[in-house]
Amino acid sequence: MAKRSFLIPGVDKRLLIKDAIKTMPDFTRRRFIAGGASLGALTLLTGCDVVDSSSADTLLAQVSKFNDAVQAFIFNPDALAPTFPESAITKPFPFNAYYDLDDAPDVNGTDWKLEVRGLVDNKKSWTLDELYKLPQVSQITRHICVEGWSAIGSWTGTPLRDFLKLIGADTRAKYVWFQCADKDGYNSPLDMRSALHPQTQMTFKYANEILPRAYGFPMKIRVPTKLGFKNPKYVVSMEVTNEYKGGYWEDQGYNSFSGS
Amino acid sequence: MASLTVTDEQVRAIKAKVIQPAWVRVMHWVNAFAMILMILSGWQIYNASPLFGFTFPRDYTLGGWLGGGLLWHFAAMWLLMLNGLAYLVTGFATGRFAKKLFPITPSGVLHDVRAALTFKLGHDDLTVYNYVQRLLYAGIIAVGVLIVLTGLGMWKPVQFYYLVMLFGDYPTARYVHFFCMAAICAFLVIHVLLALLVPKSLRAMIIGR
Ligand code: HEM
Repeated sequence: MAKRSFLIPGVDKRLLIKDAIKTMPDFTRRRFIAGGASLGALTLLTGCDVVDSSSADTLLAQVSKFNDAVQAFIFNPDALAPTFPESAITKPFPFNAYYDLDDAPDVNGTDWKLEVRGLVDNKKSWTLDELYKLPQVSQITRHICVEGWSAIGSWTGTPLRDFLKLIGADTRAKYVWFQCADKDGYNSPLDMRSALHPQTQMTFKYANEILPRAYGFPMKIRVPTKLGFKNPKYVVSMEVTNEYKGGYWEDQGYNSFSGS
Repeated sequence: MASLTVTDEQVRAIKAKVIQPAWVRVMHWVNAFAMILMILSGWQIYNASPLFGFTFPRDYTLGGWLGGGLLWHFAAMWLLMLNGLAYLVTGFATGRFAKKLFPITPSGVLHDVRAALTFKLGHDDLTVYNYVQRLLYAGIIAVGVLIVLTGLGMWKPVQFYYLVMLFGDYPTARYVHFFCMAAICAFLVIHVLLALLVPKSLRAMIIGR
């Protein structure tokens, strides 16, 4: 046996050094740093040939799916989001959207109706007056944005699970899919277990006042166990479905479960 | 003695010269790779809603936009966590931590800092870490644990509520997470400079001796 190969059994020293150097990121390789670009070092990691950005993207999308499963697994339907005293409320509560407040949907409350579709017994549409008559509860919870900032707010409305029961929804279905009044059709799927979470709410009031336009008039879905973008505003319809219909941000790459 | 035969004594002699065992080397470079991914994707996330009055240059961020950065962050975190966990378990189980990182005494650290500043700190025996090294290595392992705990807390502030509680609340966990990143970056700079100053230590981390 040659001495050279003895120290690291079965491995050629020079090759090992070459491989190890490859694992060190090369800062001159701009594409590596700049984004979803080719990652030579990833080849080493996965054993597959990552030659173009699309295969890196595919890998990331797969891991994101895996993360959906992990999050569903650790989701505890009885774990409540922390609640706060009124003094902790963030003032002013930020308006946040991918458009200015002036461009926010301006819904006429007297014409508006909540459409109910999919796997439900009673598909009747609901006017705002009818919805306001349902029993309401309040919560003061932390809204956490995917961007990293967070703010504490006070929301009042009907627990979504009570409404789902009322309309005879098939709660064995996988999703409740919300469609919004936004021009470019904001929508977002909510997994059924999160929809049935005790704090998930059809929100009609912010800080005990009718929900202002900035916060989603006439109805927002408040899900304190989800990131902000999974709390749709200006909701116009909900569909109980087994089909994954995607969502405005979910389709662009935000993790779909995005649970807290 | 023919160069192609090896006696038992030689085998033992050579084995004793191995400074960094293979598992340390593999996990070290996997960690370095995962850390770089976490830092560059973390900077992308930071830029979406900066905690301070600055943002990181776009060229030094990963993912192209916030969504891409998050995908990288929550993919590389598995590599970082699994590798880190394996490292901690092996480090304790093999007695490497007990042998190489401890004890850390204040007088030892003081002595070695003074020696280092006067360029009298020797590196003749690379199998023994001096007190400055011990402090830095033990410290950065602790920071690594801290950044993972705050990260997991921010990732699941309801399911892992107790983790967030440990650091106060969500916003404070975010600051702690950020400062841990800053500490890791500072360590990285010093660590790489020192390794380049003592090239045989870098060689040991690559080929083992
Ligand atoms: C298992 C490990 C980790 C997890 C689960 C994790 C998770 C997270 C989460 C949830 C965020 C906030 C995302 C958001 O704002 O929407 C974040 C931000 C960040 N992470 Fe990590 N992280 C981990 C490790 C690391 C490491 C090792 C580094 C760097 C060394 C790092 C650097 C950053 C930075 C710089 C930010 C941006 C800070 C901010 O603006 O909030 N993370 N991380």
